[in-house]
Amino acid sequence: MNLLNYILSHPGEVLQLTGEHLYLVLVSTIVAAALGVPAGIFLTRRPKWSRWVLGAANVVQTIPSLALFGFLIPLPFFGGIGERTAIVALILYALLPIILNTHTGIVGVDPAIREAGRGMGMTDWQLLIQVELPLAMGVIMAGLRVATVISVGVATIAAAIGAGGLGTYIFRGVSMVDNQLILAGAIPAAILALLADFLLGLAERWLSPKGLRTR
Amino acid sequence: MTDVAVELKDVSLALPDGHRLVNEVSFLVPAGETLVLVGRSGSGKTTILKLINALLTPTSGQIRVLGTKTTEWDPIRLRRKIGYVIQEIGLFPHFTVEANVGLVPRLEGWDEGRIRTRGRELLEMVGLDPERFLHRYPRQLSGGQRQRVGVARALAADPPLMLLDEPFGALDPLTRSEIQLEFRSLKRRLRKTMVFVTHDIREALILGDRIALVKDGRLARISSPPDFLSIDDPEIVAYRKCLDLP
Repeated sequence: MNLLNYILSHPGEVLQLTGEHLYLVLVSTIVAAALGVPAGIFLTRRPKWSRWVLGAANVVQTIPSLALFGFLIPLPFFGGIGERTAIVALILYALLPIILNTHTGIVGVDPAIREAGRGMGMTDWQLLIQVELPLAMGVIMAGLRVATVISVGVATIAAAIGAGGLGTYIFRGVSMVDNQLILAGAIPAAILALLADFLLGLAERWLSPKGLRTR
Repeated sequence: MTDVAVELKDVSLALPDGHRLVNEVSFLVPAGETLVLVGRSGSGKTTILKLINALLTPTSGQIRVLGTKTTEWDPIRLRRKIGYVIQEIGLFPHFTVEANVGLVPRLEGWDEGRIRTRGRELLEMVGLDPERFLHRYPRQLSGGQRQRVGVARALAADPPLMLLDEPFGALDPLTRSEIQLEFRSLKRRLRKTMVFVTHDIREALILGDRIALVKDGRLARISSPPDFLSIDDPEIVAYRKCLDLP
């Protein structure tokens, strides 16, 4: 009950940190989607590149998040202390699931459908917009969903480089050996992750083409 | 319009390793005629179709479609003049029957009213009740119904030429022979030029004005249906046996 008391007695602070947290996640995921979806599409058109680009995104994924934040600090422009560095790191983490799922989703479209479209005289662009993207939408959205949920978790570490967010409570709690404080950061972060997952799940259903729904 | 719809002259398609999928094939299809290509799987029948609609480019030889070389056609324009039906049909699962059938007219910029009228007309033409089927999705159709929609879609913009790649191959024998006969009468009414690929000799005899045997990428024999079966070629003899009851 101490935890609840703590949160209730500091509503402003909890809200502010949650707001910062959301900001980090939203900005980084939107930028990652803006980069990752076109990159994934590009790779379907240049299959030779896909091994290299997906490999690089995979390598980034294997860097422990705390280390990645550390690596970025000394870099010019992208680095330094504060939220810009945190957003860059979160973008790097979100890229892999987004690029990978966009690529997989489009490559997974039934070749007969693609052949029929091309054979009827659709241009590559028409095929992409009218056929491939709608049919891949479920898989692309699933990638976005994974990226977002990962970001909510990784963003807690952003507090280590002074970017704020709910991680602030967690780090403060760790250094003060105060479990209540750790939970005051961890529980809202978990709720954010579940909420993001739920909302994107709705969006996924809403965006996936009607003819494919079984219900 | 010229009276030769499709002309292949010494057309070959070689792989980088030199193996020829299509080897020195030449034939003429006069406007209004149906040429059926028969042959085993992998003999190169499908590849010949894809050369005609420029999905593939020959490594040597020349193809003329409706009087113009395929290399001089804009491939997009060329394909919109050709109705194309493949065995897997490739209906767009996220489009209703109406949207599938209206695809090429829509790409060609017809107005919506005309597309709608055409959609009904086409469904009736292939024996489907527009009221019941226009607003269904492909997954709500049976195999035979899908195949009919595939044919309707290929006919939509009234192309002078149709390429059909085993369009009825995936159907059960009863539905298949029903659809073959309907297709024959539809074909007679529409008088379109067709190049039709099949490995079903019965189908070739029902639908072809001429039948060509494709063997290892070559055009082995070409003849009218009555004479085709009497040709003394081991593969044609084998086909003839397929028609006999055991």
